[in-house]
Amino acid sequence: MQKKRVVFNYPSHLVDQPVISKLVKDYDLTVNILRARITPKEEGRLVLEMEGKRAALEAGLNYMKEIGVDVQSLAQDVKWYEDRCTHCTACISVCHPQALDVNRKTMEVSFNRDKCIACELCIPVCPYQAMEILF
Amino acid sequence: MAKTIEEINEKIRRGKAVVLTAEEIIDYAAEKGVKKTAQDVDVVTTGTFGPMCSSGAYFNVGHSKPRIKLGGGKTYLNDVPVYTGLAAVDFFLGATAMPEDDPRNKIYPGKFSYGGAHIIEELVAGKDVRLTATAYGTDCYPRKSLETYISLKDMNEAVLFNMRNAYQNYNVAVNLSDRMIYTYMGVIQPKLGNANYCNAGQLSPLLNDPYYKTIGIGTRIFLGGGVGYVVGSGTQHNPDVKRTEKGVPKMTSGTLAVKGDLKMMSSKWLKGTSYTGYGVTLTVGIGVPIPILNEEILQYTMIRDEEIWAQVIDYSDAYPQFIPGSLGEVNYKQLKSGKITVQDREVPTAGLSSYLKAGEIARILKEWIETGKFFLTQPVELLPSVDSGIAFKSLKERPIKKRH
Ligand code: SF4
Ligand code: SF4
Repeated sequence: MQKKRVVFNYPSHLVDQPVISKLVKDYDLTVNILRARITPKEEGRLVLEMEGKRAALEAGLNYMKEIGVDVQSLAQDVKWYEDRCTHCTACISVCHPQALDVNRKTMEVSFNRDKCIACELCIPVCPYQAMEILF
Repeated sequence: MAKTIEEINEKIRRGKAVVLTAEEIIDYAAEKGVKKTAQDVDVVTTGTFGPMCSSGAYFNVGHSKPRIKLGGGKTYLNDVPVYTGLAAVDFFLGATAMPEDDPRNKIYPGKFSYGGAHIIEELVAGKDVRLTATAYGTDCYPRKSLETYISLKDMNEAVLFNMRNAYQNYNVAVNLSDRMIYTYMGVIQPKLGNANYCNAGQLSPLLNDPYYKTIGIGTRIFLGGGVGYVVGSGTQHNPDVKRTEKGVPKMTSGTLAVKGDLKMMSSKWLKGTSYTGYGVTLTVGIGVPIPILNEEILQYTMIRDEEIWAQVIDYSDAYPQFIPGSLGEVNYKQLKSGKITVQDREVPTAGLSSYLKAGEIARILKEWIETGKFFLTQPVELLPSVDSGIAFKSLKERPIKKRH
């Protein structure tokens, strides 16, 4: 089994097509949507995590490309420099997936990479250059 | 029974002083009662670790051979200009100074990734910086240019001197407009998308001594990981504001001016800080010990987050246009919970001042006192309080007459 995080950019004519369910059914993939911005009759953008057999993953991604979806892989290289982090909590209100989260009792900040969708919103917000995304 | 600073210092000397942090004192006093606690506890330690723009450091770099007079010319540390309007080899580096070729906000929002504050952090970390200067030359100081590496240990003096630190309470910043704004209170999302606050609340130094009954000129403090002193009230010190029944200001109020030997400090507690779209600033760690001289002073230190209120201010219009008025009051318990209500809407909060690190500072100072490394001082004069007659002025502009 393999995991892959990708960003799908949909052209407008595909927005109302059940493409994701096709990935699940025909390619036997587990799909976890991390972020979605789809408006009817416009373009769509999906950030998701896919899990499945290596060959099935590849075939599924090829299928998406064939039908006209732009596929990009999501950078895994989001870095939280713990030594630079002052635990100020400035980033907490912009990190919607709660990859950057704070323990409200101790006010200690932590970073959970698995929840990060690389939206980059924390980058301009962090005053200590503690967050970095390498594409 | 009242205590004196001398008596407390004697206990510190004997390793017998009872020291609690401003957080610990709350539950301790609630359990033991005010009377008993005031007898038992000698010192309450406070802390704050937040961005403080009116910070800087002055240096004496020693005379070169042949000599150079930096004053009247141009001097830089790592391309950041310093102020040289002083004697030959003294200069001042401001925290918010930045390289002349930094694009500022020309590419909006600017990154402001490097400036005076970062140099202070690097120097304190023991790093070399580039000192470059040009001068006009005199008979006694003939040299006209200088280029050398320099580090803190090469200098005669290196002194952190901050003219306004440790603000007693601060605004909560929101944005009512429909575009993102970039401020000294951080990035604020449009349409009440978030609310940023900047104070350590119940751990904050001046909120634990709201009328400045123990803090004044000469108060020895934790400063940037070393030892420093309060040299007076800071700029914009404004004690006579709206206060709660317990005397805690409900808005920006008192401030401290502080100094200390930079060579004894640590880069852990002096951090170069970059506010996108705003500029560079220095995050300073400060801890002030409050001697528990009597029950009244103890009661001030028992203040809790839910008893400290701050004003919610719109930074898209009211603040920049200097229009007075608040969108409401919230307390630090609400702010730290992650959500407040403004104009009937739930707004997520984010801090700029680190409560975690403020607590660490209060604990370090506590440990210094417990182990006899740090003694309290009797201030020469207390900070001006509500009866001082200080009135906060805004700038009255007067048109300059054109001369012909
Ligand atoms: S990039 Fe930053 S804000 Fe976005 S999800 Fe990751 S940690 Fe959170
Ligand atoms: S904004 Fe930066 S320094 Fe502050 S808590 Fe987040 S990662 Fe840490």
